Amino acid sequence: MLELRTSEGDEAAEEEGSDRPAGIAATAEAPSPTPPPTSGEGRKRAPVIGAGAPTRVMVPAIVRPPRRRIRWNRIGGMAVTAAVLVYLGLVLVLPLAALVVEAVRAGAGEAVRALAAPEGMSALVNSLLLVGIALAVNGTLGIAGAIVLVRHRFPGRRLLDALVDLPLALSPVMAGLAVLLLFGRSGWLDPLLRPSGIRVAFAFPGMVICTLLVTLPFTIREVGHVLEELGTGDEEAAATLGATPWQTFWRVTLPNVRRGLTFGLTLTAARALGEFGAVLVVGGAISGRTQTATTFIYAAAEERNTAAAYGTAALLAAASMLLLLALQAVRRHTTEVRDGNPG
Amino acid sequence: MSARAVAAGGGSTALRGVVALHLGLLVALPLAALAWKGVSHGPAAFWGYVTQPAAVDALVRTLWTSALVAVVNGVMGTATAWVLVRGRFRGRGILSALVDLPFAIPTLVTGIMLVLLFGPQTALGGWAAAHGVPIAFAAPGIILALLFVTLPLVVRSVEPVLRELDPAEEEAAQTLGAGSLRTFTRVVLPPLLPAIIAGALQTFARAVAEFGSIVVVSGNVPFQTLTAPVQIFGQVESGAPEAAAAVSLVLLAVALALSFATRALRGRHA
Repeated sequence: MLELRTSEGDEAAEEEGSDRPAGIAATAEAPSPTPPPTSGEGRKRAPVIGAGAPTRVMVPAIVRPPRRRIRWNRIGGMAVTAAVLVYLGLVLVLPLAALVVEAVRAGAGEAVRALAAPEGMSALVNSLLLVGIALAVNGTLGIAGAIVLVRHRFPGRRLLDALVDLPLALSPVMAGLAVLLLFGRSGWLDPLLRPSGIRVAFAFPGMVICTLLVTLPFTIREVGHVLEELGTGDEEAAATLGATPWQTFWRVTLPNVRRGLTFGLTLTAARALGEFGAVLVVGGAISGRTQTATTFIYAAAEERNTAAAYGTAALLAAASMLLLLALQAVRRHTTEVRDGNPG
Repeated sequence: MSARAVAAGGGSTALRGVVALHLGLLVALPLAALAWKGVSHGPAAFWGYVTQPAAVDALVRTLWTSALVAVVNGVMGTATAWVLVRGRFRGRGILSALVDLPFAIPTLVTGIMLVLLFGPQTALGGWAAAHGVPIAFAAPGIILALLFVTLPLVVRSVEPVLRELDPAEEEAAQTLGAGSLRTFTRVVLPPLLPAIIAGALQTFARAVAEFGSIVVVSGNVPFQTLTAPVQIFGQVESGAPEAAAAVSLVLLAVALALSFATRALRGRHA
């Protein structure tokens, strides 16, 4: 199953290079499902999965197209591949398997009961609400931010651009603390909010602000990359043809950035669902009120309620896998587009 | 017609205002509050908070574990990218999806996974502890958690550069008699190096900030397994926001310096 693409023919190629005079019939690998590779670019697009075992045929070396492949030492390539697989297995797969096994062993029924209880339900609803709000806000303001930062030129643009990356440098705890210092007791905005009776710290609004803070860069950056790649050609054409800026946005810009937007929103959803440190600090994880799925797991683990903790963790992991599949679909599409249009 | 002319319209100023307000309220204002809290009691107090023995100990632990993880990630991430781009075997798509897994899995869940695998009561963890190398609630657990959450960074940084590399150069090197190892170090590695370093710096920055997985897996014993973000969390919980803010500023400075370095590397070789 493990077979480096270049392995079979490589040895043959290396032997050929050393022993055989040019022009003599040589053994070559002919990948049956694809046309003979003429360039590295062509090879790159050969189907990955189900390429099948190479068939060996005799082809005169003279008529063979120039071989543009990397003659990696077969053993070296296999060793690197094996090392990578073992590493990923140990670091990623084994822990995931442990979670699944332990969640099942701790009892799925128990976990469902814990989640169906009012506290569990409230935590799940809070998490889903946070994801929904993050998607809505980042879906709109993220596009606006990307357009302004990539397309507009105005004083202070670089400063705003630098602000976008700041949340990535923040530890979640620091994000929570920063919001707490604004809205908490004796916080900067506390005098403004107190008369209105709106509670932000240790309440749902504070968790919303934290979630928006930590998810802010994803859509702005992903959409921004696409905008940079695309250039302004299409938009200029639309404007020349008489489209209003609004029409240009809906008919040209938005469809063009769709894949960047999907990618950014997938990352946003994953982060909003999985955020822990920030919502823990700002929300206080009050059972039945400001608990989210993650802080619910944390509390359950602290109380040694293993079934609820592991079951909910497995549920979150499963939800993440679904998001991952979406991410993968977008990435595959992106790669296809990139391979299809060189440059 | 310039880009500016396309973008310019009646709503352009309003749009800029909305974006500036969004970033200002959501990012600049909270961070200003954090910075102010850290320094508002004067430089002596700031220095006192930052040089508390527990804070220094946690900071040192955070820095060395993160540096180690950045190096391991630099090597294994490059190898993984190479396998994804140049290797060809069934199931490579699954491998690629697997690499993205840490982007999706909540960090808290990562911590729980590691405790379930390496906790003192488990087969693996018990065996390791019996041989004098406890994993969960010790430094190895912290390192494993950081390796998990940062795994995609170097891979996804190196992969696109490797994909763009012309295989003809490698072929030429080998035709001229260079061995695989030599071809790799002389031909493949140099153009990849900026991407590898950028990915490793990103790993370091991400590792320094990590909280969710470590708070579960490390056991949070002061002077033994406490890392800086967890120590900040402890300070917040125990009602010392000034100390927490001061240490936060130090961490933030480290992360920002790294982020600028990463940016410079990416920009130069984009």
